[in-house]
Amino acid sequence: MNMKLKKNIALSESGFVFDPTTGDSYSLNQEAREVVRLMNEGKELSEITDYMVSIYNVGRNDFEKYFFDFASMLRQFRLLEDEQD
Amino acid sequence: MEKKEFERPYIKKIRAGVPSKFGMPVQAEPVTHIDGVPVAELITDFGSPLFVISEKSIRRTYREALEAFRSRYPEVQFAWSYKTNYLDAVCRTYHSEGSWAEVVSGFEYDKALSNGIKGSQIIFNGPEKSRDDIVKATENNSLIHIDHFDELYMVTEVAETLGKKPRVAIRINMDTGIYPMWDRFGFNYENGEAWDAINRIMMTGKLELTGLHTHIGTYMLAVNAYAVAASKLADLAVRIERKYETSIKYIDMGGGFASRNTLKGAYLPGRDTVPSFDDYANAITGALLNSEINPGRLPLLILETGRALVDDAGYLLGTVLANKRLSDGRRSTIIDAGVNILFTSFWYEHEFYPAKHTSDHLEETTIYGPLCMNIDVLRESVAFPLLRRGDNFVVKRVGAYNMTQWMQFITLRPAVVMIDEAGKPHIIRERETVDTVTHNEIVPTHLKSE
Ligand SMILES: Cc1ncc(COP(=O)(O)O)c(C=O)c1O
Repeated sequence: MNMKLKKNIALSESGFVFDPTTGDSYSLNQEAREVVRLMNEGKELSEITDYMVSIYNVGRNDFEKYFFDFASMLRQFRLLEDEQD
Repeated sequence: MEKKEFERPYIKKIRAGVPSKFGMPVQAEPVTHIDGVPVAELITDFGSPLFVISEKSIRRTYREALEAFRSRYPEVQFAWSYKTNYLDAVCRTYHSEGSWAEVVSGFEYDKALSNGIKGSQIIFNGPEKSRDDIVKATENNSLIHIDHFDELYMVTEVAETLGKKPRVAIRINMDTGIYPMWDRFGFNYENGEAWDAINRIMMTGKLELTGLHTHIGTYMLAVNAYAVAASKLADLAVRIERKYETSIKYIDMGGGFASRNTLKGAYLPGRDTVPSFDDYANAITGALLNSEINPGRLPLLILETGRALVDDAGYLLGTVLANKRLSDGRRSTIIDAGVNILFTSFWYEHEFYPAKHTSDHLEETTIYGPLCMNIDVLRESVAFPLLRRGDNFVVKRVGAYNMTQWMQFITLRPAVVMIDEAGKPHIIRERETVDTVTHNEIVPTHLKSE
């Protein structure tokens, strides 16, 4: 599993996301920004989880549940590259 | 190294321009306590889900309503509408404030008697009185509100048989400018049926016509409809006085004041749009005082207010079972309380609150109950923070009709707790058990195992 934002999507330092194909814009909170950065670096879920639980006060299982929920929102907004297994 | 506080990662679409329905005041502030008692403690002690009733709120609201009418009209009497919430502890709270009882069945009648109310302070409404009920009500000198001619003849027959003169009123329906008009209960004003019924009662001399009754509808937002109804009843009172030289003792305006809940599909929340007790009182007392009724003989004004008195006093507490994404990306949260115990979710957009602070981020959420049924939806769409499995929530303003219309279905009905004025919780109805349900069942012998 490897998820990435589509290449043409603009992401600012402050968490502002702009999708030029639809004209829609979005905002991310701090945690989402870090997750997206790691995703774009090509990190696997397990690596993202390792990192997040090491700096945030959250358990692995809880983080994974939130991660899947977040990913489904990205998919819903059509912001992800086509996924390969 | 100290770890950072975690908030779930989220992405929010930025919408320009039009505020959606969810741009309205949102409900993120948690409800952590009820009358000083922590929600978490109530759930630990009494289980989840749980209905909680605030005695303080019942008394405060009752006094506010009474004051609104008493300050405008010489004699006012409330009669607690049993069907709205007939838990004994709730009824007794109203009775202790001076409220009579308003009942619509033999079952409710007996409940009122067992709550210590005098027979003469029970108003017996509704189309469903049996002959036995009428005998009992006559013997107890209760106020029998006649719904139709068949009942009028039955009451007359009972009066003859017992050799007693029952105290009766007739229920009257009428056009108050409200659509749909409630014309299935009582005698119609406009077509002269009500006047016919009055004449029939006065001519036979077997019944004592003590009052005139109406109940124009429920959750009535149009205050003026009450003014119209009160003038029409006043008009009948004046005609009775003119023709029979006798004055009726009371005018009963029924119930129907809106509570501060929001009706489904309403654009603005009920708590901002619903008329106050003062507004209703102004309309009703203004119409009576301005009528042709002799001011020296103003009838007692009776009110059978239900939901507006008790809705705010009731809370439903519960627990989140799970979260899910629906196929269109919407979040859904599944809770342990279904539409079978929160019946009013078919009419109201109930106010859901988290029981503790979770996140400032609200998301459009569908709230489902635990029943394996598609209709089990408590809120189709509400801006709600993400609660996790095991987190508690609170639904406000559920005191009216839920604890009477609730259904035992798939799950057992929860306990009800009343918090007294000193902040002490008392269990006033036990959580049901399997035995509650099977108690009345009988298995034929041939199906019993050895
Ligand atoms: C005769 C009568 N009185 C009073 C009430 C109480 O009405 P509400 O809860 O709308 O005040 C009802 C409710 O249906 C009723 O039928």
